[in-house]
Amino acid sequence: MKTRRSLESLTMHVGEGESFGFLGPNGAGKSTTLKLLMGIIFPTSGSARILGKPISDVEMHKDIGYLPEQPYFYDYLTAAELLDYFARFFGFTAVEREERVARMLKKVGLETAGKIQLRKYSKGMLQRVGLAQAILHDPKVVILDEPMSGLDPIGRHEVRDIILELKREGKTVLFSTHILTDAEMLCDKVGVIVGGKLQGVGRPGEIVGMKPSGMEILFEVDESDSRSGALRAKAARSGSGFALRVPEDSVYAALEELRAADAKIVSVAQIKPTLEEYFMHLVEKDRAQAAAIEVYGK
Amino acid sequence: MNNWKPVAILLLLVLPGGFAGIWRVQHGIDGQLQKIHEEQDEVLLRSNKMMKTLSLEYAPLMADVYWTRVVQYYGSKGERREQNLDSLWPLLDLSTTLDPNLIPAYRFGSTFLAEARPVGLGRPDLAIELIRRGIRENPEYWRLYQDLGNIYYFSLHDNEKASQAYVDGSNVPGAAPWMKLMAARIVERGDTRQTSRLLWSELYESSKDQTIKENAKTHLLLLKTDDDIEQLNLLIAEFQKKYGHAPTQMRELVEGRLLRGFPADPEGFAYVIGKSGKAELNPNGRLFKLEPLYRRF
Amino acid sequence: MMRVGAVAWNTFREAVRDRVLYNLVFFALLMMASAIFMGQISLEIETIVIITVGLSAVSVIGLLIAIFTGVGLVSKEIDKRTLYALLSKPVRRWEFLVGKFAGLVLTLAVNTAAMAVGLVLALLYVKHSLERGDAAVFVAVYFIWLKIVIVISLALLFSCFTSQLLAILFTAGLYIAGLFVTEMRNLSGSKLAPITQTFFSWVSYVLPNFGNFNVMAAAAHGRSVPSGLILENTAYAILYCGIVLTAATVVFSRRNLK
Repeated sequence: MKTRRSLESLTMHVGEGESFGFLGPNGAGKSTTLKLLMGIIFPTSGSARILGKPISDVEMHKDIGYLPEQPYFYDYLTAAELLDYFARFFGFTAVEREERVARMLKKVGLETAGKIQLRKYSKGMLQRVGLAQAILHDPKVVILDEPMSGLDPIGRHEVRDIILELKREGKTVLFSTHILTDAEMLCDKVGVIVGGKLQGVGRPGEIVGMKPSGMEILFEVDESDSRSGALRAKAARSGSGFALRVPEDSVYAALEELRAADAKIVSVAQIKPTLEEYFMHLVEKDRAQAAAIEVYGK
Repeated sequence: MNNWKPVAILLLLVLPGGFAGIWRVQHGIDGQLQKIHEEQDEVLLRSNKMMKTLSLEYAPLMADVYWTRVVQYYGSKGERREQNLDSLWPLLDLSTTLDPNLIPAYRFGSTFLAEARPVGLGRPDLAIELIRRGIRENPEYWRLYQDLGNIYYFSLHDNEKASQAYVDGSNVPGAAPWMKLMAARIVERGDTRQTSRLLWSELYESSKDQTIKENAKTHLLLLKTDDDIEQLNLLIAEFQKKYGHAPTQMRELVEGRLLRGFPADPEGFAYVIGKSGKAELNPNGRLFKLEPLYRRF
Repeated sequence: MMRVGAVAWNTFREAVRDRVLYNLVFFALLMMASAIFMGQISLEIETIVIITVGLSAVSVIGLLIAIFTGVGLVSKEIDKRTLYALLSKPVRRWEFLVGKFAGLVLTLAVNTAAMAVGLVLALLYVKHSLERGDAAVFVAVYFIWLKIVIVISLALLFSCFTSQLLAILFTAGLYIAGLFVTEMRNLSGSKLAPITQTFFSWVSYVLPNFGNFNVMAAAAHGRSVPSGLILENTAYAILYCGIVLTAATVVFSRRNLK
């Protein structure tokens, strides 16, 4: 049995003030990469630097914050006590600690739950505590491992807002996720990891090597009217209306046809291959490769 | 990977340095502990039955542990100290309660419980109690009767009981024939050096315990010196008769043709004539120092 | 230093909030109450019995806490993954280890002191007054605590690289071995081959010598303990713990956490 490498010669670069999203399916190596950066596990070879200092420099941790994947904390402590405990490692005075802890709890929406022991917390609440302890000390770099996991839509919205706020404050944010829409929405740059290999790094738009492949027209029409029949046949249903895809150069002709049929045009937009399609493409490629190796290496 | 070096160096420095420190401190502790006269078993030793119940099937093992301690404290290589003697009885008592078949403990106790201080505890009564237990639990081991007889003979000067012990022992199947002979001899010619010599020789030959052997040997050597000194005193008397005055030095006996060479004790130290005019052991010899410690015949 | 203190304080707080600790202290008090009853049966040796039983209880309970809590010091944090967030703070791995160690040591210091007070109270009850010789009881308790501290360091070491169950077995095993070090050192002068004797001699220095710390008899009989021994034993404990903690640091420094 061969030991699998969890990461293959990973090389990447995150600029200051950038928000970088690590994308990939489960088991791709995202968490592994982040743990390597935090010194929780050690690379077999290679090196990394954060803020210009080697990752072995523990003092450098003063300027970085980390949210582990599926965080779990000392369940005999309350959220306030936990944050206060962690705050002690940064040399804040008691007054500063108190103020920061209160501010953080408010920021992540836990002010009323601050005095409850963590063992009573739901997964979502733990996730928020995790976020709070990551940014408690106002770090320059924030590293988040699956920050959205376990949150309901409201929670995710709040976390997204926090991340955007961090961006506005000029912080560097590196986070991993397998939710593509989050990546598209929040990241300046995106790195896609599949099967332990970094498949591509770039702006969400760039990555997919974009060329719009046409236009999509959403329209509504009276179905009893036969004038729009031909168009309706070519279109797909979408909500209460239809979605018609046409090549870019035929857009105006299609629009004319629809107008003539008294259709109501809801929207006209470019069809961009999404990150999702690029993503699936890479995953498929990786799976195919793995299969090939198995066949040969029996 | 770059972190290996300082950590490995730390270990290589700390480990030997640390254990060297431990080694030194341990010796300091040893010194201190001896001062305390540690017998942590003393408390529990008061209830042997309780110990036996607590030990369950490990009783014989525990017996060995305590027996080892006896060896450590009183063995020929150990440091025999005056204050350790107080624990000899409790330890032997406990060992033989835990393991009634621990023959070496009985044999050891018979000698060293009975011998007068500082050689032993000076309690022949305890020695007898111990041996009687040994005989009760191991009736087929006839040598315990030998030990019993020796206690009566040497420590209690009770020739009758000593002889009786030898007789009883001689009746055990497999006993050596000389047991009967000894019994008779003690009654007929007890309190003589020759009898004592025989008894000690027998013990010396038969015992496997180094400490007991050495003890018997010392007795034998001292008996020999007794013989020698008796002989020398006779020669001194002769000299007196012959030359009219008492000799003050051995040399005179040699020059007076009463002795052919300078007589020495079994360890090679020449006998001297003391202030009292009688022959004496050489003050430089080991036996000179031992003589007052041993009650002997 | 502050960081070590923070970890230590948190460890102490965890032990205090862990209700098992309270139960054991209660158990100790119960033991001492029964000692008083036992003493009434045996007449003249009540003091001896109370001190012996009490010190034994202090030792056994302290060891149980040390072993069962000690083996979880690191492994529990790894299993529950509470360690990840902690290591992301500016704190070195060795600071974490020393902090955990100090926290449990502090917990047991408090616990042992409480039991010692209970023991002295029981003594007062029986003797109605204390003499100078009774100071030996405090020394005996201090020595028991030193012994416990060494056991904690061993438990911590095993906690760094094995599961809690194995760590319990190893630590308990080493403790039992440490009780027989005195016997091992007396093997010289026995019938074993010289090589074997040297081997056991070396091993006897490497193993922790818990016999050094047993002054129960002296305490029971009111004999005072020489101050030289107090110093030497303290030095021994410091040295031994230093070695074990260094080893733990080495093991833990390069360990990949799940």
